[in-house]
Amino acid sequence: MNRKSFKGYAYLAPVLVIMLVFTAYPLVKAIFMSFCENYSIINGSYKGINLENYKDLFDDKLFIRALGNTTLYVAFVVPLSVVISLIIANLLNSHIKFQGLFQTLYFLPYVTSVIAIGVVWRWIMNSNYGLLNYILGFFGVEPIGWLSDPKYSMTSLIIFAVWKSLAFNIMIFLAALQGISPDLYAAARVDSTPRLRVFFKITVPAMMPIIAYAFIMGIINAFKVYNEVFSLFNSKAGPVNNEAITIVYYIYDQFYNNYKYGIAAAGSVVLFLLIMLFTMIQRLPGRIKAKKEAAQK
Amino acid sequence: MKSTKPSAIIADIVKYVILIAGALFTLLPFVWMVLSSLKSANEIVQIPPTMIPKKFMFSNYAEAWAEAPFPRYFLNTVFIATVTTVGVLLTSILSAFAFSRLDFPGKKIIFSLFMATLMIPGEMLLITNFITITKLKWIDTYKAMIVPWLANVFYTYLLTQFFSSVPEALYLAAKVDKCSDLKFLFKIMVPMNKNAITTVAILSFIGSWNSFLWPLLVTNSTNMRVLSHGLVRFQSEAGTKYQLVMAASCILVVPIIIVYLFLRKYILEGMSYTGVKG
Repeated sequence: MNRKSFKGYAYLAPVLVIMLVFTAYPLVKAIFMSFCENYSIINGSYKGINLENYKDLFDDKLFIRALGNTTLYVAFVVPLSVVISLIIANLLNSHIKFQGLFQTLYFLPYVTSVIAIGVVWRWIMNSNYGLLNYILGFFGVEPIGWLSDPKYSMTSLIIFAVWKSLAFNIMIFLAALQGISPDLYAAARVDSTPRLRVFFKITVPAMMPIIAYAFIMGIINAFKVYNEVFSLFNSKAGPVNNEAITIVYYIYDQFYNNYKYGIAAAGSVVLFLLIMLFTMIQRLPGRIKAKKEAAQK
Repeated sequence: MKSTKPSAIIADIVKYVILIAGALFTLLPFVWMVLSSLKSANEIVQIPPTMIPKKFMFSNYAEAWAEAPFPRYFLNTVFIATVTTVGVLLTSILSAFAFSRLDFPGKKIIFSLFMATLMIPGEMLLITNFITITKLKWIDTYKAMIVPWLANVFYTYLLTQFFSSVPEALYLAAKVDKCSDLKFLFKIMVPMNKNAITTVAILSFIGSWNSFLWPLLVTNSTNMRVLSHGLVRFQSEAGTKYQLVMAASCILVVPIIIVYLFLRKYILEGMSYTGVKG
């Protein structure tokens, strides 16, 4: 490589400028704003630098509900999605007919607009004319107000979200399964070990890193849930009174509709910290492994 | 696997039943969307619902298309997705070249900072970016929906990996031939990494096509809306004309499905890189 020069910066310039204006600056600014009491975006004035916004945030029952709902959402959507995807990916990887066709179908939700498909789910879950209640009717289930009865708001949201998130997980699991060395299975075949045992004793352990990855990515993405809520409840956060509100919906509502910039910024810092926490957890096993390997050498 | 033991046959049956049930669950919203979009105003609210429309009302599409400014939304979406994709490709190619081939002071630090930004949730930046766009008087312009997306860390990272795997000897040979860096980049590097670049282009186009919250924030007038925003508005306005809402959903979903079906190889390749990233 030739001598160091500043030429590299010419190539980086467009990306650097945009990142400074639309990523670095807003990050610093949001953290700053979160400590400004009564921040005004018109002249950038504020009453004082303190923790008022955070106090208001955690005193707001709606934010607590948003935190609770988001946690509930994460706790159901991520494990359900990972387990179902693992089963489907494993079946897709066995010797089946129409493998390509199945794959194409299963990956379809990944590329489609959450908004458009949320509108479709809204129609499927319609309490009067919806397909879902019609199908459940065959099993003697009385019509359920999926989207009109506050009791079912989170259930409906979770069903939709699991549907949407399967594709990504199936895809990465399938890629990982195809990468497992056939030698690992050879011994099992000789012993004619039962399939389920092979799955739990060989496949799952070999897949552990990618399963952990899917879990953490799922958690991070689930914390940011917003579009799903917006489309399913027709631009609202629930049928009556924000029953399905999430953290991002709360942030958006505070700054866009209520002009409470400081509180919205405080909410986004909380979101940031939550995501940081899980990113750190994800990187932890890698670090430990690297240390162990280093110690062995 | 060619055993014909009864247990093996049962296992095979169970396997296909699960796979087919899963595929039906996955496909259900798409199929129901298309079927519903072709029903008449009376049939759509019929109880119990019919599966196949009695008469295929293709006129629903024309009606939805005319009832809200969908042609305008469609053009806006295509325009924004195309310009964003071309722009982000250009900036990512340039920066990936800098990271993979050029040496400059502070390179390591910049690259680390760069990767660290992947941890920041975009949702956190919305508030300030919205203020910035307002101050720039960019509200209700295409610029507002394009410029902030012209840099992408993940795409840059991906292309950096690919560019790094091109043998250094090629670069040195080009240097000896007095080939300029820019010429080398666009005449040799880019054609050599056609597939990776196509993958980035498709991912970027789909991402832009499906984006929702940002366009919603920075536009006020009907003329500037994109399809996803227009669809949500239309749903509120159309009331009980579900068949038209479903036709409008098709307008948003079908073009991307077509892209997916034809270019699926690239998308899946891109996905496997995403998996590797962790």
